Amino acid sequence: MNERSEPVGEGHMSDDHAHLSLAVAEADGDARWAFGTGFTDPLHGVDTAVPPTVQAPALAAYCLALGDDALVSAQRLGEWCTRAPELEEEVALANIGLDLLGQARLLYTRAGQAEGGGRSEDDLAYFRDPSEFRNVRLAELPNGDFAFSVARLLVLSAWRLAVFERLAGCPDPVLAAIAAKGVKELTYHRQYAADWVVRLGDGTEESHRRMQQGLDEVAPHLGELLTGETAFGTGAAPVADELTAVLRQVADAAGLTLPQTAPLPGSGRDGDHTEHLAPLLAELQSVARAHPGAVW
Amino acid sequence: MPADQRHDHDLALARARRVAAEVTDPELPMLTLADLGVLRGVEMGPDGTVTATLTPTYTGCPAMAEMRADTAGRLRAAGFANVAIRTVLDPPWTTDWITDAGRRKLAEHGIAPPGPAPRRTPGPVLLDLAPTRRAVSCPRCGSADTEETSRFAATSCRALWRCRACLEPFEQFKEI
Repeated sequence: MNERSEPVGEGHMSDDHAHLSLAVAEADGDARWAFGTGFTDPLHGVDTAVPPTVQAPALAAYCLALGDDALVSAQRLGEWCTRAPELEEEVALANIGLDLLGQARLLYTRAGQAEGGGRSEDDLAYFRDPSEFRNVRLAELPNGDFAFSVARLLVLSAWRLAVFERLAGCPDPVLAAIAAKGVKELTYHRQYAADWVVRLGDGTEESHRRMQQGLDEVAPHLGELLTGETAFGTGAAPVADELTAVLRQVADAAGLTLPQTAPLPGSGRDGDHTEHLAPLLAELQSVARAHPGAVW
Repeated sequence: MPADQRHDHDLALARARRVAAEVTDPELPMLTLADLGVLRGVEMGPDGTVTATLTPTYTGCPAMAEMRADTAGRLRAAGFANVAIRTVLDPPWTTDWITDAGRRKLAEHGIAPPGPAPRRTPGPVLLDLAPTRRAVSCPRCGSADTEETSRFAATSCRALWRCRACLEPFEQFKEI
């Protein structure tokens, strides 16, 4: 029973307005909230033909690897929620994760189109097993110390920025557009990570020690990024040069040493993973697998 | 197309453009999608199909689905039976697409509007580690004595600032 006694005025008009909005939304009949992602096809309405000059299987594999790096990184960044040293950092890490999740969705959708087998972004994110993921192992390692997490974010965002800068001119127009958009976001991510590495490296004795340790832990994983596949104009050597220059610039400003470490054998790009990927994916995929096709 | 049909078509298209231009942003409801530069255009085919073209602000912006649904819904509610929403990624959206009216509305609602978007120069994007001073005025008291507290805030597109003159925190629409 409605016991509100105030006169029907502006409040009532906004109620009507709200109902109108809901009715309008329902009339669309779109399943807009598949697993909370908002919409089912992030490339909806984009011209998605693969140009004849582009090898579709190579494009699919490359988009998948870049998408996997982004999805796994987004999951790790999201784990900082409620655990970061300050609220602002929690918001920052979650924001960066959200950008990467958006990139993953576009890249998976493009991979599915290039494969031509009808797999959607959700199929690729939620219904592949760990051995089918092609992310670098650096992305899947547990968050560890905050210093390790920012060292990893610096490496991954600087590498990805160097790759995306080049992909913005690649012959596939969709991947080129995803990359051009990503460059702007990744510039912010790299800046955030670099500022933290400098602040901790050039801070107290304790923060310096832990920041150096973070860099030391990241170092064996650089090889996997730098010797990985080259495709669509992203030559390995120029990307490696750019990444190394950025890391040296940051380490110099922070008073840290860039360790020269032998790369770990194997590669996530070939499906080699640590024991940490399976539990990460089990959590990420649990709702989608428990309720296949569910929408809300 | 005969002249009278052409006239009807033009009138309907003008109306569709007005309707689409009034759709507001779900996260910044003081702005329309046109103010934001997210609405790239509205066209009408010979069969009366209205096609609105939108571009996302950030790749992961969760509001994009709402923008698309709201635009389609408003056009249908205005009597356009066949509505299509096209998404374009290229050229990528930057804060330079925000109109002057949009910037004024942001400031009126306590959000400092963005400065010029960073220009992409050829070659690698440079990393600047020096402390940077950017001219952002406090939207409350107008003072230029402000400092950034975090480049990331409640939505992808905003940064957190603090005014050292009136001591109030405020948000800024960050340049991208």
